[in-house]
Amino acid sequence: MIKFFLMVNKQGQTRLSKYYEHVEISKRTLLETEVIKSCLSRSNEQCSFIEFKDFKLIYRQYAALFIVVGVNDTENEMAIYEFIHNFVEVLDEYFSRVSELDIMFNLDKVHIILDEMVLNGCIVETNRARILAPLLILDKMSESI
Amino acid sequence: MALTVVSQIFPREMIPAVLPLIEDKLQHSKEIIRRKAVLALYKFHLIAPNQVQHIHIKFRKALCDRDVGVMAASLHIYFRMIKENSSGYKDLTGSFVTILKQVVGGKLPVDFNYHSVPAPWLQIQLLRILGLLGKDDQRTSELMYDVLDESLRRAELNHNVTYGNICTWFKIQKVQKAILFECVHTVYSIYPKSELLEKAAKCIGKFVLSPKINLKYLGLKALTYVIQQDPTLALQHQMTIIECLDHPDPIIKRETLELLYRITNAQNITVIVQKMLEYLQQSKEEYIIVNLVGKIAELAEKYAPDNAWFIQTMNAVFSVGGDVMHPDIPNNFLRLLAEGFDDETEDQQLRLYAVQSYLTLLDAENVFYPQKFLQVMSWVLGEYAYLLDKETPEEVITKLYKLLTSDLVSSETKAWLLAAVTKLTPRAHSSNVVERLIQEFTVSLDTCMRQHAFELKHLRENVELMKSLLPVDKSCEDLVVDTSLSFLDGFVAEELSQGAAPYKPHHQRQEEKLSQEKVLNFEPYGLSFSSSGFTGRQSPAGISLGSDVSGNSAETALKETNSLKLDGIKKLWGKEGYLPKKEGKAGDETEAPPVPQESIIMESVDQTIVKKDQSQVLTQSKEEKEKQLLASSLFVGLGSESTINLLGKADTVSHKFRRKSKVKETKSGETTSTQNMPCSYFSSSSDVTYEDDYYLDTLQDRGDKELNKFSLSSELLDSESLTELPSAEKLSSCTESTPSLFTDNMEGLHTPSTVASVANEISLASSLLEETSEHMHSDLVEVCDNETISVSSYKIWKDDCLMVTWSVSSKSGLELKSANLEISPTENFKITEQPGCCLPVIETESIKTFQYSVQMEKPFTEGNLSGFINYQMMDTHSVQLEFSVNLSLLDFIRPLKISTENFGSLWLSFANDVKQNVKMSESQAALPSALKTLQQKLRLHVVEIIGNEGLLACQLLPSIPCLVHFRVHGDVLALWFRSSCSTLPDYLLYQCQKVMEES
Repeated sequence: MIKFFLMVNKQGQTRLSKYYEHVEISKRTLLETEVIKSCLSRSNEQCSFIEFKDFKLIYRQYAALFIVVGVNDTENEMAIYEFIHNFVEVLDEYFSRVSELDIMFNLDKVHIILDEMVLNGCIVETNRARILAPLLILDKMSESI
Repeated sequence: MALTVVSQIFPREMIPAVLPLIEDKLQHSKEIIRRKAVLALYKFHLIAPNQVQHIHIKFRKALCDRDVGVMAASLHIYFRMIKENSSGYKDLTGSFVTILKQVVGGKLPVDFNYHSVPAPWLQIQLLRILGLLGKDDQRTSELMYDVLDESLRRAELNHNVTYGNICTWFKIQKVQKAILFECVHTVYSIYPKSELLEKAAKCIGKFVLSPKINLKYLGLKALTYVIQQDPTLALQHQMTIIECLDHPDPIIKRETLELLYRITNAQNITVIVQKMLEYLQQSKEEYIIVNLVGKIAELAEKYAPDNAWFIQTMNAVFSVGGDVMHPDIPNNFLRLLAEGFDDETEDQQLRLYAVQSYLTLLDAENVFYPQKFLQVMSWVLGEYAYLLDKETPEEVITKLYKLLTSDLVSSETKAWLLAAVTKLTPRAHSSNVVERLIQEFTVSLDTCMRQHAFELKHLRENVELMKSLLPVDKSCEDLVVDTSLSFLDGFVAEELSQGAAPYKPHHQRQEEKLSQEKVLNFEPYGLSFSSSGFTGRQSPAGISLGSDVSGNSAETALKETNSLKLDGIKKLWGKEGYLPKKEGKAGDETEAPPVPQESIIMESVDQTIVKKDQSQVLTQSKEEKEKQLLASSLFVGLGSESTINLLGKADTVSHKFRRKSKVKETKSGETTSTQNMPCSYFSSSSDVTYEDDYYLDTLQDRGDKELNKFSLSSELLDSESLTELPSAEKLSSCTESTPSLFTDNMEGLHTPSTVASVANEISLASSLLEETSEHMHSDLVEVCDNETISVSSYKIWKDDCLMVTWSVSSKSGLELKSANLEISPTENFKITEQPGCCLPVIETESIKTFQYSVQMEKPFTEGNLSGFINYQMMDTHSVQLEFSVNLSLLDFIRPLKISTENFGSLWLSFANDVKQNVKMSESQAALPSALKTLQQKLRLHVVEIIGNEGLLACQLLPSIPCLVHFRVHGDVLALWFRSSCSTLPDYLLYQCQKVMEES
């Protein structure tokens, strides 16, 4: 079960955050800073899974952007690890060579993509074509208007 | 798009409104809409499982959908449902296996592939479901062997084939590895099959040896999981594990330690604990420390090789773990020291070593120890400093005094320290330090400390008393305590004469409160008059709580002596000020002389008086608990000696206890009724004997035990001794219960184990007596058994709680040496033990009864109460047997008897409501019959019926009311629920639907 999904850059600024379990707004920032601190402190040779309090963090770094997923311990770490990559591939396909700016300025779309893929803390869709289908329809509609 | 929103943010209350719409969408032609609909339903299932229970068939349809996405979405629902209840979905195993086969075999459309692996996450999800289904179930597991083998093979094959293509290799390998990992997990969680295990073990080997760190982590994780089943696997990877221990990455290290923790035994404990401590010293995060400290302490207690090592390890644990660690750790440690092992000299050595090591630790200057560690030290020093030869108590006291005056010590710890000093004082011949200490602390601002100091002062004035109060090394001896607190009677009388209100038990006060609240509801403006009378009543409660119990016990005191063995280990009485409590109590209750002295203290120290009383009240409730714990064992011991007199006595004792426990919970009226019961039984005893003979004739071939019992009780009748009353009650209990059990007995005849089973049932039934005469109860259901014992349980629906009784009986009629029942804690229930109902009538050696009252913490439809029984037969070692009992919401529903006006006002005050239409079957499409079903099956109280509408009321224990308004239109029953609890209406609605469908 996925607890939260974070996109944070190296400076510690949160680009996207999505919680699948209720966390108080005030505690979120605190949690995010702690999470990114523990991720930044690790080198490349170290394992991409961190045991953090009573749950686990799985992170992956893409250039200056970290994607961190918090899961509880029933989840398969490797599956999540690959899922992050899958997510990035989808973004890549949609934005064609995605960058941090794309995410900043199209946050709504990134959210739509993420919602297609993860729902209530479960991975629900991994098929790239299907994830993008609703988004493409939306784009078409806005163009026609 | 709307469906996505639905599945993300959706209030539970709106479900009935949109549910039909979404159900329609399940048939939509577009796959994406069907998929979303399923996901929305999944969300509903998450937040309110009961409301979607009727559409389970549609989930099945979704599972067989021609589109993969829809099927995958339905898997989430199934995963959740299977997790909750795996046995209900065993029949689906076949379909899951087929799906997995198709997925693994690459039958899916190509766009589902992720780097040429077919739908990896889908595979993982399926494997997880299979793992859950196959757990401990050989037949289901057999279905899976093939497909697991296949996916293991594929996973490895894939990674070999694509080895050439270096670009994608890493990706594939990783995803594939994830699948492999899940495979291994599944293989090990299902019923084992050697071939598969071998393959899985090989995979783990590959994982662990992998140079990639993430895989190594996974490998270790898998190994940790696997090692519980097969420790030999660890041997193969010994070297790798050792390497991992010195790995630079702390996460890997941590995982390795976790692994080591699982394989610890008496031989390797020293090394492993050392490694753990090393890691502990490096880590800073609080969570890790707490976790690891707990593990070390557990291991050290289990496998400690020798005393010195044990003490040193625990010292390290205490000083590192400090104040964040779990409070159980120091408590367990102290208990271990106090209770000791079998060997007395060993104990002494251990204690001596502990004392010595603490003294050296305290000698070190400028070292700061955590508070908990200091508390442990002070307790040990206080108790066992007498073992020292060289150092006199004075020196120890001086050291403790130094700590006491230090600023770094918290007031809680100071209380511990002072207690230790008090314990040491009788042996210190003359000590100026103590004098100084008393002087200093009798003027302390901290009332607690001040009280302790005063106690110490008064005790010092009376050396003899002090010695008897604080004996050497008696921490786990039994204390004789006057549980009734009868010494307070005078005080109570005095207070009463001065105009204090008499004590009212808790429930009574609550009832009054409730009734007054109701008054408030009717007349919102009558606020002032009700509250004033109310507070007046509540204020004296603090003082008189203890005294009431004493008054009550004074009644029964005629019958038996007030001696009760109490477990004297002090830490059981809470952390703070355990000693003062002991002192207070012991001082009050052992002999007459201390009483006046105590009262002097009470009067002289005005501030402490309230506190004192409160603490006594506290102790009282704790005593109550301990008593309950002890009572069951006491009864068994008494009942085993089957002489007439003892039996009678035992009965009185049990009687008393039952009454006492009731004082807290039920009305006092009930107690008097139980008192009256024996008399009435006695008057009808002539009939009883007549019946008795009749049964004797019919049951003749059932074994001598019964015979004995019956004749025994008739003897009792004749003898007209003092024990008449209880025995008459007992006798009538037998006769009363026998008719109902008679049919059972007849059936029992056909089975070989008649003697035992008959005896069992009779005794069970007799223990039922008191409850059944007043309350409804369920039949005896066997919950689990093995070749030697069987465990059965029944529920008693009392007015104020649900009682669940388990009885353990040995089939062979052999003696059950000791039996212990433990209920695993669940979040939904609050469980309290009710020992009073174990009637030591017959054959108590082979039967033990445990009674628990269960309260619901939060509403739910069905819960499971599970636990296990430890028992020991005559000459075997102890065996553990697991069991579980299903409890449904209905077990906690009681009728709420209110008037229509009350109903009206309550109805308006409740915010949570749920409306639903329920179809009725032909047979009962009329108001009366529907009403009858609801009344009988759900235990609802019918408030009023007006035309085709009706009002019902019920309450969920302890006291959550729920009101129902219903109306009949043709064959549709419109139900409208309202309650103060948000979830209750849903659950009740579900129960109603079920009931209506069933009938």
